[in-house]
Amino acid sequence: MKPLLTVNDVTIRFPAANRLAARLSGQPRFIEAVAGVSFALEAGKTYALVGESGSGKTTLARAIVGLVPTHGGRIEFNGERISGLSENRLRRVRREIAMIFQDPLGSLSPRLKVRSTLAEPFTVHGETAGIERKIIALLEDVGLPAHFAERYPHQLSGGQARRVAVARALALRPKLVIADEPTAGLDVSIQGEVLNLLRDLQAKFGTTFLMISHNLNVVRHVADRMAVMYLGRIVEEGNTAAIFAAPRHRYTRALLSANLKPDPDHSAPLIEVEGETPSLLKRPSGCEFHPRCIFSLAVCKQQAPKEQIDAGHRFSCHNPG
Amino acid sequence: MRDSTFGRIIREPMGALGITLVVLIVLGALFAGFTGYNPAKLAMRERFLDPSLSHLFGTDHLGRDLFTRVLFGARIALGVASIATSISFIGGLLLGMIAGYGPRWLDSLLLLFFDSLRSFPTVMLALALVTLTGPSLGAVILVVVLAMLPGYARVVRAQTMSLKSSEFVLSARTLGARPWRILAIHIMPNLSGPLVILVSMDNPVVITIEAGMSFLGLGVRPPTPSWGSILNDGYAFIRESSWPAIAGGLPIIDPRLRRDG
Repeated sequence: MKPLLTVNDVTIRFPAANRLAARLSGQPRFIEAVAGVSFALEAGKTYALVGESGSGKTTLARAIVGLVPTHGGRIEFNGERISGLSENRLRRVRREIAMIFQDPLGSLSPRLKVRSTLAEPFTVHGETAGIERKIIALLEDVGLPAHFAERYPHQLSGGQARRVAVARALALRPKLVIADEPTAGLDVSIQGEVLNLLRDLQAKFGTTFLMISHNLNVVRHVADRMAVMYLGRIVEEGNTAAIFAAPRHRYTRALLSANLKPDPDHSAPLIEVEGETPSLLKRPSGCEFHPRCIFSLAVCKQQAPKEQIDAGHRFSCHNPG
Repeated sequence: MRDSTFGRIIREPMGALGITLVVLIVLGALFAGFTGYNPAKLAMRERFLDPSLSHLFGTDHLGRDLFTRVLFGARIALGVASIATSISFIGGLLLGMIAGYGPRWLDSLLLLFFDSLRSFPTVMLALALVTLTGPSLGAVILVVVLAMLPGYARVVRAQTMSLKSSEFVLSARTLGARPWRILAIHIMPNLSGPLVILVSMDNPVVITIEAGMSFLGLGVRPPTPSWGSILNDGYAFIRESSWPAIAGGLPIIDPRLRRDG
């Protein structure tokens, strides 16, 4: 089956904050927030991007929806290149790809009633026929009563705002929905509700999801496949179940071991990761995880590990677990 | 809510004074025609009369009723203030949004324009402009717009730039909304609040500019009454009577009080 979305060797660069200082100190003038990332998304499935803050997940998602220009590589949607398109040519594709942003309230225009927010996708794409009915139907889809159409964002709770954002994303029945931390800033009970809502809508409309999260319990619950990102690269990629069962990359192992299980008696050995994420301006040599990895070998300092593929499970590590 | 705001202002002594003055001036401007005098009619036999019941503020060097002239002056002052601030408000909003949301080169160009306008002292700008156009009400309005607009545009630009990267603007973009739609629907409603406050705070400044220009003879032409020209006449004839100077000067002090209030 042909993938719905392919990301092929995509690189995203930003100019360094202070170009003059960068030039004087011999540091690179650009940072690569995403450095050569490839993966493919099958239609109707959920794919998760996992990683620490600053690993490039959100940047990559924004590049897919065309908010951030790519510097190299190719993004294809439905077999058609969408990276590097002009705003006008992107407009047609934007009907098919929707994005749910991190901040539940911040992604709703503060002076617009829920009605106007939900009407926007239709008006932008010129489908104003029966709009009132469609708005009510959308609210129903996400489990909100019809009178919520009259509310302003500041009159909504976090969970309700999130539901409105989901409703807006699904308004045009997009093929692909990118959800950036769909559970961020929500109570645990509401997190569950939102995830179940997304799952139900996926079953109902066959939507494909690309989910960004650092909540591993969420990923395990919803994702079919996942990729672990570190410093703008994918270090491990594969089926969620396979990765959770047997992570190969040392970084993934550490990440998973730091994930708490809802079981008070469970005590897994915590693999410690020393130090902080290195600066993107000064990438470590060889394997970029080596300064923080307790399993690092001499070769890790010199050589970047080659990507190995083992039954659809990719990883890049010299000393895999 | 409105009631409580009003109540709070009224309880402050400066606030109460300010509101009273504003109401007085607006009423005065509205009913300026009901004093029974023509503000431009000469009556050479009644020059430099002291205040009395028939001439509340006395008369000036041409025998014109000063009270009437001050009220008509309020018309000019408020008219200039409202026209000029509306133009600067709209212009500042539009240019600021274009600078903040548009491409980088356009932003730099507009910034250069705003900053070079702002670097002129207002009075110098007024003198230079009037040399070109000759004194008129239009020149006053133009000077005020040129003095005020860049400041507003700068504020709007800064706000627009921070809103540009907010998630609700980004999500409108991912929906495929065109820039003009984003500016009109998502950005403008979030700008006008702070800008309205800024503009109303500047209203007294505008009145002072108008009075200042008229005082220097760069504003409205005689015999049209303006607080500035009344003050100037009073100043010229201060040896004959101090009343014209007082009548022209008092209302100009007042905007300052209102601004603080």
